[in-house]
Order: sequence, then structure tokens, then C-alpha cells
Amino acid sequence: MVFEETELRLGLGLGLPGNEAELGLRKRGFSETQTETTTVDLMLNLSPKESAAADGPDPRDNTNTSPKEKTLLLPDPAKPPAKAQVVGWPPVRSFRKNMFAAQKSSEEESEKSSPNASFVKVSMDGAPYLRKVDLKMYKSYPELSDALGKMFSSFTIGNCESQGFKDFMNESKLMDLLNSSDYVPTYEDRDGDWMLVGDVPWEMFVESCKRLRIMKGKEAIGLAPRAVEKCKNRS
Amino acid sequence: MQRMAYKFSFPEEVLEHVFSFISSERDRNAISLVCKSWYEIERWCRRKVFVGNCYAVSPMMVIKRFPEVRSIALKGKPHFADFNLVPDGWGGYVFPWIAAMARALPCLEEIRLKRMVITDDSLELIAKSFKNFKVLVLTSCEGFTTDGLAAIAANCRNLRELDLQESEVDDLSGHWLSHFPDSYTSLVSLNISCLGSEVSLSALERLLGRCPNMQTLRLNRAVHLDRLPNLLRRCPQLVELGTGVYSTEMRPEVFSNLEAAFSGCKQLKSLSGFWDVLPSYLPAAYPICSRLMSLNLSYATIQSSDLIKLISQCPNLLRLWVLDYIEDSGLDALAASCKDLRELRVFPSEPFGVEPNVALTEQGLVSVSEGCPKLQSILYFCRRMSNAALNTIARNRPNLTRFRLCIIEPRTPDYLTLEPLDSGFGAIVEHCKELQRLSLSGLLTDRVFEYIGTYGKKLEMLSVAFAGDSDLGLHHVLSGCDNLRKLEIRDCPFGDKALLANAAKLETMRSLWMSSCSVSYGACKLLGQKMPRLNVEVIDERGPPDSRPDDCPVEKLYIYRTISGPRLDMPAFVWTMEDDSSLRLE
Repeated sequence: MVFEETELRLGLGLGLPGNEAELGLRKRGFSETQTETTTVDLMLNLSPKESAAADGPDPRDNTNTSPKEKTLLLPDPAKPPAKAQVVGWPPVRSFRKNMFAAQKSSEEESEKSSPNASFVKVSMDGAPYLRKVDLKMYKSYPELSDALGKMFSSFTIGNCESQGFKDFMNESKLMDLLNSSDYVPTYEDRDGDWMLVGDVPWEMFVESCKRLRIMKGKEAIGLAPRAVEKCKNRS
Repeated sequence: MQRMAYKFSFPEEVLEHVFSFISSERDRNAISLVCKSWYEIERWCRRKVFVGNCYAVSPMMVIKRFPEVRSIALKGKPHFADFNLVPDGWGGYVFPWIAAMARALPCLEEIRLKRMVITDDSLELIAKSFKNFKVLVLTSCEGFTTDGLAAIAANCRNLRELDLQESEVDDLSGHWLSHFPDSYTSLVSLNISCLGSEVSLSALERLLGRCPNMQTLRLNRAVHLDRLPNLLRRCPQLVELGTGVYSTEMRPEVFSNLEAAFSGCKQLKSLSGFWDVLPSYLPAAYPICSRLMSLNLSYATIQSSDLIKLISQCPNLLRLWVLDYIEDSGLDALAASCKDLRELRVFPSEPFGVEPNVALTEQGLVSVSEGCPKLQSILYFCRRMSNAALNTIARNRPNLTRFRLCIIEPRTPDYLTLEPLDSGFGAIVEHCKELQRLSLSGLLTDRVFEYIGTYGKKLEMLSVAFAGDSDLGLHHVLSGCDNLRKLEIRDCPFGDKALLANAAKLETMRSLWMSSCSVSYGACKLLGQKMPRLNVEVIDERGPPDSRPDDCPVEKLYIYRTISGPRLDMPAFVWTMEDDSSLRLE
């Protein structure tokens, strides 16, 4: 193979598209790639407080956030805006990140800076392997739903039309849904309870979700009454 | 009388005896290449096998060649899996190995795994199949629960070592520890630092009390500081200790109890743990500092002044792992006090912070390089660097064997001159002639790779991120680094040319990882076709690469040499490129 005589260039790194003089972080890689795969819309619901419209408003706008929510760090105009995190950079082992993050948040109760990554395992009934997602990478249930769909798209899910958000408060609708062969995302919260995804405001979900399991609709029936119960108790 | 060519041969038993003094795998491999009879003799008496890539060879091949092996070490996922670059489910399943060994190697005593997936089934099979099982080390592994540990505890009567270093364990409860029977007394080393649940401390105390050979005990965070003295009193002969949480209410009797317990451990040489440190409890460890050789404070969120007080009392320190809270001033103190230091690792306390939160700069590293003449191994996270500093470090420490520098912001130039850090890293490879491992960061052009290819003749492992301009960079490395075994690259503009031009080189290496680069699917196919002894794995979560044009770059690429062909346990997002022979058969 013959190489063109390339003059080794000193100075600022050139050759990367759109990166002439800018040395800032660029979020690259698979998190940004366009995908052509069919998106599987897993049915998610919002709690009644938020389901004002089918595509609800950004849960962050919800003023009645739980008391657990600490004031988010507001961007200081004097500092540069928070940069998007590059996956796997800096190369700190997730074990170390999680251990350290957990330690820090238990120390600094007054100024709780959330850990910067929140990896939870995702299993899907019928899939031979687990995946992991970083919940902090998403801002809303639809984003998470998209990501999960892409992750498990190689499995035939059955007929899943784009359903938008379901109102789980209607018990008969709930029963219909769960009796179908569709898959339902569930999660284990900090109390060890298994809940249907979408029960609580997004931030609360991120804080309390320990792991995700995408169940066959039929198997989630056992959960439904509890989910409905918890909702009933809240309203 | 004409003499036949003199065949200088010893009886087999003598050769075997000679070989038994040689334990290094590389030397053993060399022995086996001398001649056929030496190959035969050697393979029958080989006791330890190291498989750097579990997919490079099949379990049956290893077992057939070394039927008397007693100790096996396997590595699974590529190193970048540590940073979540390898999607879950990629592979590294150990079960086929355990199953094969359970049938064929009943005398197996030691299993050491790194970055592999091991299930409770495997652990149970180990517990049942190997009567003389002694050592289980699981480093950065996952897939098992504490139930599997219970099986090991209950059945392995001769277990000496159980080490779960940084593994991800599904921690169902601490009850598993109580499965060690009362008759069990052979424990030497126990590392449970990664476990979340509380283990029964009374069970642990009894266990330690009846195991007179305990040398290493790494507790998990859940063990409270006021229980530590009782544990230490049961095994005062301990050489290595990892504490649990290192704080509790400040009570004088707890302090004096702890101090006394530490003083009672006359052999203690290594300390770790130190979660949630309350600085006022640190002086309890002062009595043993003068003997300390290894100190891991990488979870200790304490300030520089407390660190300095501790470190200044450890003149015999060989290894220090610490957070960047140590700051430049602490590293100055380290350089002044610890003249025997061999290894330093400084981890970032706030890796995602935009602004520096501590006064740690390149100066600290320069200080240590000046003051510690035996320093060989460096891992350093910082936020700024200069060519001048790297130059100084290189000239101070030509004996470096491992140099891993992580400047936290990608593509950061020399902060003094705003130039790339090519010449600085160039100085490192030029002066440190024994350098085996190098990790790059900062702003780097193709020139740094030219230096590496020219001078990095002993380099075995190279990690590259956000660097280089063109294929020339990759070409320099692949064509110049004679001893390169592992190359891992992310987010660099390297494409097809250098890879295809140096295809043959890939068979001399263990593995090559490239993610977020510019290698096309077509090039991967070509490589797979032409190189039957390589597995060319395309890892792409966007779906089948066939659904995109051939010139489309793949997300991730993992290439490794193998004598057992493509693996059969790939998940849906991994494709192994077929070689010519399999295509012809169709």
C-alpha cells in the first residue's frame, strides 16, 4: 500500500470535521448515530398528574416534584455551560464512579449533587442477555422507551403499534392491555417493589429505579392491581 | 570411528525436574518450542496456564495439550469494557470452560478470571467438581449472586483464597458467609470489598478465629469501624487489610481500641478501604505506618493536610493509590518521604466537573518523578499538562515501565504553549526504553505516533483516545512497535488504509479495539476474508451492517487472533466477518 506523502502537521489538530480551532468536548459515537431500525414503542404511562396531553409536558416543568428532589444546580452564568458527557470518558471505572458517587451523596446531605451516571440493568423476558442503561442519559420516558426499543429490537416483540401513553387509571383498559402479548416495562424500586414504568414523575423514577425488566404483558398482571392501588392511594 | 551427531539428551524425569523450576508462562512457551520431545515433556508437567483472551483458544484445546494443569487464568472482555464501551451481553462467558474442566481436570485447584461473566451455575459446578479447589479470584467479573458464593463456601474444604475484586455481585444477603462449615480452617485470603450487604460479623469473627493462616482480609464498606478491632484481634498475623467504613462517632475508647488492635498486627504491610474517612481516626493507624508498603486511599475523601500527615509516616511505601485531594503539596510531601515508591495512582475526585476542584497539576507529578528514584508505574488524572513537564518526567525517570496519563478534557493542548503534547510523550517513549504500557491523552497529532513507532520498541499495550490526524498515525504504531500486544483506540480519525496495510501485524498481537473511528464495513469484511486466524468482530447497535453501504464506518471493531475460529455465543449486535474458506463452502 502506498501512502501519500503526508506532511506531518503540527499545531492544532486538523482533520476532524468541524473541529478546526475548537478544542471542546464533542459528544460522539453511537449515542448520536442515526438509526434506521424500527423503534418499538413500549407502552409507558404517565401518572394522572402529568397526562395533560398525550405527549405530556417535560416532567421537569412539573412544580409539584417530590421533596426528595434537591434544587438542581442552576447554571452559573460565569461558568461555561455543563458539557455533554462523552460515554466512557474520562476512563474511570464505573465501579469506582458508583462507589464514589454513593459515598459522596451520603456525605453531603445538604448539597446533594446527584451521581453523574445511573446505570441500571435491563432484562427482557426471552432475551438471553442483560443490558445496562444509564438513566441519566435520558430526560423523559419517551426517550428511554426509544432507547430500550433499539436495544432489544432484534427480538420479535409482536404487534406493537405506536400507542402513545396509556392511562393506567382505567382498570378495564389496563386489563385489556396486559392481556395482550405486548411487552410491558417494569422496574424494581429502592424498596424492592416491582412497579410499572411510568408510574411516577421522571426524576423520581431515575432516583428510585434499581433495575428494569421488560415483562410479557400477561406476567405483569400481578403488578397492575398494586400499581393501580398506589395510584389510587395517591389521588 | 565416525561419531554420529551427538544427541545430548537427559532422561525425561530429569528434564521434568528442571522444568519444574520454571514457572513463567513465557519461559514455558519458549521451552516447548525447542524440539518435539521437549514440547511433549513440558506439556505433561505444565501446571499453570494463562489464557489472555478466552476466545483465542477453545477449552478442549487447552485441556488436551495440558492434561495436568492445576491453575488456570482467563481473561474475557476487552479492557475498554471497564468504561462501558462494550455493550452488555457481548460475551466472555466462562461456563463452557468450567464445564469442560469439570469433566477433564478433576485436580484443578485454581481459577482466576478477569472481565468474565460467571453464573451461579458455574460456581456450583466448581464447588462440586474440584475436590482440592484452593483459589478463586474473580476480578471485574459479573453474572453471579451471593448464592453462588454460598455454594463455594459450603463445599470447598480446601479453599485458601476467595477474592472478588471489583466484581459486580448480585448481593442477595450477607448470609452466604455462614456457609463455611465449622470444620473449615484453611482460609488465607478473603476479599469481599465489592459486596453491598452486611455479612454476619459474628460468623466472620468465628471464621477468622479458626483460620490460623489468614493473611489478607479486605472487608466491605458495611463493616463498621467499631467492629474492626475485634476482627483484627482474631487474626493479628494479617499482612493485608481493607477496612470497612472508616468513621463512627468520635469516642475515645473506640479510638484507643482501634489503635491497640492496629498495633497488635505486627505483619501488616498493606492497607485499603477507608470509605467515609473521619480524619480524626486516621492517627489510630500511625503505629503501623512505618511498616506499610502499600496504601490504597482511593476512596478516602480527605484533604491534603490529613493525607500528608499519614504519608509522611510511611517511609517504606512502595505503592500509593490516592485521590487528587492529595494536591501538588501532598505529592511534594510524598516525594520527600517515600523514597522507595514504585507505583503511584492518582484518581479524579470529580471526573465530570468542568472546573478543577483541587490544586493538583502537572507539578505534583514532576515532584514525584524527581524525588522517587525507583518510581516505575504511574497513573495520573489531571487537568493540565505541558511538554516541558513531560520532558522533565521522562528525563528524571527513564526506568518507567507504565505511564498512563489522563488529561480529563479531551484534546487539551500544552497549557503553556498551546501546542500539541507530541514532543512531551515523544520524550517519554524515547527516554523510557523499558516502557511496556502507555496511555495517551491531550492534544496529539500523527507526530506522537511517529515517536511511538520509532522508540516504543518494548511497548506492549497502548491506549489512545481523541488523538491523531490520519491513518499515518495508526500506521506508525502498527509498523513500528515490535512488541505490541494490545492496542485500544477510541474516537480517532483512523480508517481502512493503515489497518489493511498492516493486516499481518494483527496476528502477532492479542487484540485490537477501535471504536468511533473511521473503519468501514467493507474493510472489515476484507480483513475477515483474508485473515482466517483473526476474528474480526463488528459491534454495532444500529442493526446489521449489511443494511448500510460498505463504506459506512462501523461503530466498534474488535479484532483478535484465535485458533478456534469464530465464536458461537455472539449476541445480536456482534457480527464476525467470515473468512474465505467458509465462503467457499457455501
